[in-house]
Amino acid sequence: MQAGTPSTFLKRGAIWGFILFELIFFSVAGEILSLSEKAFMDLDNMLLLFKQSAPIGIIAMGMTIIMINGNIDLSVGATFALCAIVLLDSLTWPIFAGLGDWVIPVSWGLALLTGVALGAINGMIVWKTGVDAFIVTLGSMLGYRGLVFMYNGEQPTSHLNWTLVDFAEAQFLGLHTATWFLLAVTLVIWFVMTRTIHGRNAYAIGDNREAAVNAGIRVGPHMVINFMIIGFLAALSAVVFYSESGSVNPNDGELYELWIITAVVLGGTKLTGGAGSVISTFGGVLAIQLLRKGLGHIGADTSTVNLVIGLILIAVLYLDRQLNRKGAEELKT
Amino acid sequence: MTEKTPALRLEGIVKTFPGVRALDGVSFAVMPGEVHALMGENGAGKSTLMKVLGGIYQPDEGQILIEETPTKMTTPLEAKAKGVVFIHQELSLADELSVAENVYLGELPRRSFGRVDWNRLYADTAAILDRLKVGFTPKTLVGDLSIANKQMVEIARALTVEAKAVIFDEPTASLTDAEKDVLFEVIADLKARGAGIIYISHRMEEIFRITDRVSVLRDGQHTGTATTADTDEEAVTQMMIGRKLDLSRNAVHHELGDVALEVRKLSCGDLYTDVSFQVRRGEVAGFYGLVGAGRTEIAETLFGLRDPSSGEILLDGQKARIHSPNEAIARGISLVPEDRKGQGLVLGMNCRDNMTLPQVDDLKAGPFVAEGAEVSIFDQYRDRLDIRTPGWKQLVGNLSGGNQQKIVIGKWLSMHPSVLIVDEPTRGIDVGSKAEIHNLIRDLAAQGYAVIVISSEMPEVLHVADRIYAMFQGRITQEFTSDDVTEDNLVRAISGLADNGASQVA
Repeated sequence: MQAGTPSTFLKRGAIWGFILFELIFFSVAGEILSLSEKAFMDLDNMLLLFKQSAPIGIIAMGMTIIMINGNIDLSVGATFALCAIVLLDSLTWPIFAGLGDWVIPVSWGLALLTGVALGAINGMIVWKTGVDAFIVTLGSMLGYRGLVFMYNGEQPTSHLNWTLVDFAEAQFLGLHTATWFLLAVTLVIWFVMTRTIHGRNAYAIGDNREAAVNAGIRVGPHMVINFMIIGFLAALSAVVFYSESGSVNPNDGELYELWIITAVVLGGTKLTGGAGSVISTFGGVLAIQLLRKGLGHIGADTSTVNLVIGLILIAVLYLDRQLNRKGAEELKT
Repeated sequence: MTEKTPALRLEGIVKTFPGVRALDGVSFAVMPGEVHALMGENGAGKSTLMKVLGGIYQPDEGQILIEETPTKMTTPLEAKAKGVVFIHQELSLADELSVAENVYLGELPRRSFGRVDWNRLYADTAAILDRLKVGFTPKTLVGDLSIANKQMVEIARALTVEAKAVIFDEPTASLTDAEKDVLFEVIADLKARGAGIIYISHRMEEIFRITDRVSVLRDGQHTGTATTADTDEEAVTQMMIGRKLDLSRNAVHHELGDVALEVRKLSCGDLYTDVSFQVRRGEVAGFYGLVGAGRTEIAETLFGLRDPSSGEILLDGQKARIHSPNEAIARGISLVPEDRKGQGLVLGMNCRDNMTLPQVDDLKAGPFVAEGAEVSIFDQYRDRLDIRTPGWKQLVGNLSGGNQQKIVIGKWLSMHPSVLIVDEPTRGIDVGSKAEIHNLIRDLAAQGYAVIVISSEMPEVLHVADRIYAMFQGRITQEFTSDDVTEDNLVRAISGLADNGASQVA
């Protein structure tokens, strides 16, 4: 443990150091290039940043549990889109016509239920077939996306409910509704992972599945619950986002899974499971959003964002590997 | 022998790791045409020494001399090119490739433009396989071979160069007697060709059968070299552990309670057949046999990891069906598994969390884990088992083998089981801690637990068990009590040679 202290500190603190670096870099670069009269660290700008982080951030919390548990879920983007369609479409269903604005909680409930159900399907398949989660959710990613297209073809599904829009655009204590959802989800999942039995078992299973089985932990049901959680969060993310925008394209949410996994990995969660932190994932989400915003602020082409994030991801993992090496006696591979 | 130059000589090799002096000035020499045994307890430094020889580790001090030329080896391939060849205990073969490709892995003969010279590859490999008198061809897929034949492929690899020194690391661990004979012929052949051979093994009878000299390591130091013909098992053992091994039986006798576990005619496919035994409270039942005799599989069945194909299990006289570890634990059965790190512990978690892993469900305060209760459980068993750790926050991966094993045992004791199964209780644990674990097992029996100890070490079962079940090829061949057991009978029983006993096999 003695030898590990500085590197542990570096690992835990790295993502926040990176965020600080981004803030300084973009502020200074923005001044020098003077492309925008507004400062990068402008309050409104930062509040907007939180709000824009929400759709990916909310799902990333679920992905953190899934990855600590030793699995992965590639179907979140498609789940996100499918739940959005359920939300917007059910608002217009004739059977709910008499409900007035009470249709809103009903539609929310339906969308969230859809997310939980889609997650449960993933989880049950992973549990009962024993096929790797990567393969199962790769399949369900295609399958769920197929359902999205079957629903309305290439056409967007739209419905604006002004009560809903007002709610989604509201600001409480200066923070947008979406930001509050992101913070609440982060807090709840943090509690789950650090204080509850479910969280403890997730780490144990991810680190050493065999030992967990030998300790009597029921690994299958545990995984199903995790997939239901991430399904719920993907739906929640859709609900929060589309309440405001009111229109979903069949391609919405594509590549979300990759952005989310990138954020989780940047936050230091191990791909192999057993280690990771919800708070660091929150940092990873902010870091990516800052990068996207910051590159725009200094006038970089949006397409360069992907290139830069890709490079940073590899650099971070390389750094992590260096910090985690046990020293020169480690086997060369 | 002395006037010849040694094939391989080590001079004052020192290798330290943070906190450990793994090798502390080791010197010894292997003559050409000599089989030199290297012995030592686990953790004595054998594997480190081998890794230094194989170019995986660099020594901090000292030097390696090949035919008296000081040599530096930085990679395994370089070591091989210089004539130091390894035959590893753990097979490192690519199952999807052919025998020939495995034999020349990394050194495939080439033609122009980087193409593989297949003709030469197959011809060269065939020549080597001829020497080994094996029944497979160079084109056989390695994945289709038996473990013993894979071992032969590993040996074939060593023969691709004219080796000056060949190192065998526990080569017979997975071989049958007939296959061993072939292996010993190969060793004799190498010896006749003038190679120096280092032979690492725990099996005394092999050492005395094939080696010329024995060197012993203890705590990273070279404690002595003897000519095999002039020494005996006892002297070698004494060099290994630094004192006489206490082979005395456990004299403590206490009252035995009721039968806690009874197994009747239990079978599981061809893993084991018609196994019947019972364990009383306060009794230690030892299961002794070779690896693969079916002992671990019985334990796994009792713990719900395997379903039996026939037979029944009775707990406290009641028939029990156990389908998962979860159910086993609920019925008071605990398993301390064979592979402590792989199956017993979550190495990335701290001591406390590992200790309470099976019962964390019961330790809740509302939806949250009751961490205070966990700490008090940990403290209680740390004191009771004398677990040495700076505190519960220590990661289990940082503890010594003995203390890790105590964590696993403590984990189950805190569940108050009635039957405790311990599979290979002291594998990979140093000699001092071994005695402690043995005493602990005796204490637990005295406290009224029914304990099953599975072991491959004869002194261990003799020392710890009240009743010993000898197993051979999936059957219990003989049952001994601590009064009527002798080492000789026990060896015969586990080799299928038992000439008395209820259910003997031909």
